Amino acid sequence: MFSGSSTFVSEVDQAFLFILIISVIFFVGIVFAMIYFVVRYHHKKNQTVSQSSGNLTLELLWTVIPTILVLAMFYYGFIGYRNMKTIPPDALEIQALGRMWSWLYTYENGYQTDTLTVPVGKPVKIRVESADVLHSFYIPAFRIKQDAVPGMKNYVWFEATETGTFDIFCAEYCGDRHSYMLSLVKVVPQEEYASWYDGTAQFASAASGGAAGGGAERKPGSRGPMLVKIKGCVACHSIDGSPLVGPTFKGVFGHQVAVITDGKEREILADEEYLRRSILEPQTDRVKGFENIPMPPQNLTEEELAEIIAYIKELQ
Amino acid sequence: MAKNAHNKDLQVAHPETSHAHGEHHPELGFWRKYVFSTDHKIIGLQYGFTALFFLLFGFTLVMIMRWQLAYPGEAIPLIGWLFSEESMPGGVMLPEFYNQLGAMHGTIMVFLGVVPLAVGAFGNYVVPLQIGAPDMAFPKLNMASYWAYFLGGVVMLSSFFVPAGAAKAGWTSYPPLANIETMGQTMWLLGMVFLITSSLLGAINFLTTIIQLRAEGLTFMRFPFFVWAQLITSFLLLLAFPPLEAAAILQLMDRLAGTSFFMPGGLVVSGQVMDISGGGSPLLWQHLFWFLAHPEVYVLILPAMGIVAEIIANNTRKPLWGYKAMVYSVIFLGFMSFIVWAHHMFITGMGTAISAFFQITTMIISIPSVIILSALFLSLWGGSIRFTTPMLFALGFLPMFGIGGLTGLPLGLAPTDIHLHDTYYVIGHFHYVVAPGTILALFAGIYYWYPKITGRSMNDLLGKIHFWGTIICMNFIFMPMFIQGLAGVSRRLYDGGQLYQFAQPVLKWNEVMSIAAWIMGLVQIVFIVNLFMSIRKGKKVSDNPWEATTLEWSATSSPPLAHGNFETMPQVYRGPYEYSVPGNSRDFAPQNEPEEKVSAA
Ligand code: HEC
Ligand code: HEM
Ligand SMILES: [Cu+2]
Ligand SMILES: [Cu+2]
Repeated sequence: MFSGSSTFVSEVDQAFLFILIISVIFFVGIVFAMIYFVVRYHHKKNQTVSQSSGNLTLELLWTVIPTILVLAMFYYGFIGYRNMKTIPPDALEIQALGRMWSWLYTYENGYQTDTLTVPVGKPVKIRVESADVLHSFYIPAFRIKQDAVPGMKNYVWFEATETGTFDIFCAEYCGDRHSYMLSLVKVVPQEEYASWYDGTAQFASAASGGAAGGGAERKPGSRGPMLVKIKGCVACHSIDGSPLVGPTFKGVFGHQVAVITDGKEREILADEEYLRRSILEPQTDRVKGFENIPMPPQNLTEEELAEIIAYIKELQ
Repeated sequence: MAKNAHNKDLQVAHPETSHAHGEHHPELGFWRKYVFSTDHKIIGLQYGFTALFFLLFGFTLVMIMRWQLAYPGEAIPLIGWLFSEESMPGGVMLPEFYNQLGAMHGTIMVFLGVVPLAVGAFGNYVVPLQIGAPDMAFPKLNMASYWAYFLGGVVMLSSFFVPAGAAKAGWTSYPPLANIETMGQTMWLLGMVFLITSSLLGAINFLTTIIQLRAEGLTFMRFPFFVWAQLITSFLLLLAFPPLEAAAILQLMDRLAGTSFFMPGGLVVSGQVMDISGGGSPLLWQHLFWFLAHPEVYVLILPAMGIVAEIIANNTRKPLWGYKAMVYSVIFLGFMSFIVWAHHMFITGMGTAISAFFQITTMIISIPSVIILSALFLSLWGGSIRFTTPMLFALGFLPMFGIGGLTGLPLGLAPTDIHLHDTYYVIGHFHYVVAPGTILALFAGIYYWYPKITGRSMNDLLGKIHFWGTIICMNFIFMPMFIQGLAGVSRRLYDGGQLYQFAQPVLKWNEVMSIAAWIMGLVQIVFIVNLFMSIRKGKKVSDNPWEATTLEWSATSSPPLAHGNFETMPQVYRGPYEYSVPGNSRDFAPQNEPEEKVSAA
């Protein structure tokens, strides 16, 4: 199968190869037999037709051999499967929450992010959950996949064997923007992971909505990029000017926006007040061209709201 | 008359005979005769034409999708103006529309195309003739079944025109997504209720007909294999569809009546907590769906195997090799198909023990298919093979279905399935089963039984062009899907995987697959022309142009439309495939020919 970077790769690929080789041998044998038959027994060449309509020994052989083969495949596969299902007790736990249409990772200390960072050579177990519809957490390079089913906590584990950045997909169809539900896993050396993880502690409680920030003075808007991802805004709003389900954030601030208020169209200046209202009570002013798509009201703290608005202001 | 026909020169057609026969019965008006008909042959043809229309329609949807996959985000040429601004602004396809096309392609191909053609059309037309019955056991039920199917089709088609378009939660309609989708999903569920009802009515009818109305002397072990295939298919439909019908109604209630059969509590959809009672289970739907949909796979494939078996026996001029083993296999396969469904759910969070069970059953169910397939291969051995058009399609079916089956093995084993599930590998696998597999066999059946229906044969040269064009294109469409799937490209992707870093090396195949699909579309024109032209222009042939043994060939070609296919009820004296029996004057002995006649002639 293509490149791979986890401890499961060789097992899975070998099981696949094993099946593939048997299948190819079977298939080639059968196709050659077929070609031989149709050439050899062309009606111009063969008028004396055999009456053979079965042969018990052959039929039994033909039943027993494939049975043994498929059971061997099962056995071979099952050993690999058991390993994939047996989570090492010392595995690091991270939650992956799927929602339309982004992944949110929450670490044990509460730190939240949209990119998964894990140490190399250490087992990591992911608790896969969903907030809304079905999703599926899929890292092709690691050969793992686990459905996110609302109401269930599913676990999947892996141990990365190389450092680097790999794709994470949503493999279960989850609505219009399913194809864009991408994310990354960054595999870093263990020491780097440890110091990175320590550094996240100060953001942790703030990002998860608590009021107690790490205390460090930060520029307003600096957490904006992270918040719009964590809160799922980017599923509907782009930051590069392209319209998605909703209008882009780029260049809204300070410009005239055509909106529909109580069924009537009007122009309005997008100031802070307007952005605030658009986020907290989206139904008041509906942006023209998007008026039929409901923007859900958002549960944000005052602080988060301020950060996001400061960030949108910067996007010119 | 049926028996005597064989003593005459076989190449002489009998158009007059069939007219004369029709006049024994009171004339029915046009509507009763051709539209609200209760005759199995007319109903079979109605099923056939409707299903062919839907196959073409479903294929057209995919040809449009393939543009978007090959050239993501580029305006579609020539036909862009046909679509509304909501689906293709400026001719560029939106994801919403792509997903509608995908879901409707799957639904239409399976439930409105292949099953109605394989069971509704071939089953209706051929089975009563093959078992020597005057009609189906319940002719009015038969008519009801067709019209339920027709209504289901109308509902599905009209769903494209409701606000926000047709269903777009995939042909599997997994909740919670399906529950919160647009109105098209409600139409989909209503359509499914009609289609399922139609299949259930049909299944009861087939079971009764095959068991009760078979001709005297036609014991079960003298059934042509096609009849066996239809019999088991009917059992599958009868037992597997009710759970899905119930599930469809439950989902309909979730959508319309505010129930929560498939919805757990506390869902936060786009930042908002959903106002539902909760307590339901999304996995319940998956169980109910696959409890139908796995047996459904065999509904798609068994009639195809039946057709291929008939054609191979006929064109090798020898008995089928291992007929009994094939019959036992098909029975076993039918039974096993009810206990493998959860292999579609290995990654939903299933426990190790239960998944071991489903892995074993899945491995075991491959055995009967292997036996049937190898029996068909071995039937070629020692024959005197004629390369007629139907035979070409039947021969093409064998390796293509072989690929479909063998590529299914890695999907039945959890460790490999974890990687491959929901990727293009799966799409490639089941298309090999249903497209180069079943569809080729269905074409074979059309070429094979056409002379029985019209009294004329289809053009051979056009048939051969159709065969080679189709099989070559099909492989170019579906083979690259395995490569893409192994590289991790998911199914149901609006852009064919453009954003996947991992998948970049395999994306170049998208264009190849699309071009092959469009060429294959062109090749089908040859078939359509052949199909319609041959009704008037085809070569006139006798009642039994293929010199076949089964009962349908002893009825007059284009059997008279009134009830009662045979002038006198046939009596069966022998097994289905007595070809080239030493000592006989001809190389085939029809099932209804008594012993003395065979050796005397
Ligand atoms: C489900 C899709 C969706 C999500 C998720 C979403 N929005 Fe929106 N948003 C919309 C749509 C659609 C509109 C335009 C219609 C309207 O004004 O209500 C909109 C309008 C807006 C506007 C006004 C923009 C303008 O051009 O005038 C702002 C500001 C905004 N959203 C901010 C946010 C923020 C911040 C978040 C995340 C906390 C968010 N949205 C999440 C769909 C969404
Ligand atoms: C030969 C012509 C055909 C072509 C080119 C074709 C192509 C495709 C493609 C590209 C997809 C994947 C779409 C996606 O994942 O985005 C697909 C899906 C599908 N096809 Fe076909 N197909 C063909 C015939 C058939 C037939 C004959 C059947 C059934 C009997 C069928 C049943 C399905 C189903 C069930 C799906 C899944 C739909 C879903 O994801 O919900 N197809 N097809
Ligand atoms: Cu998804
Ligand atoms: Cu299945």
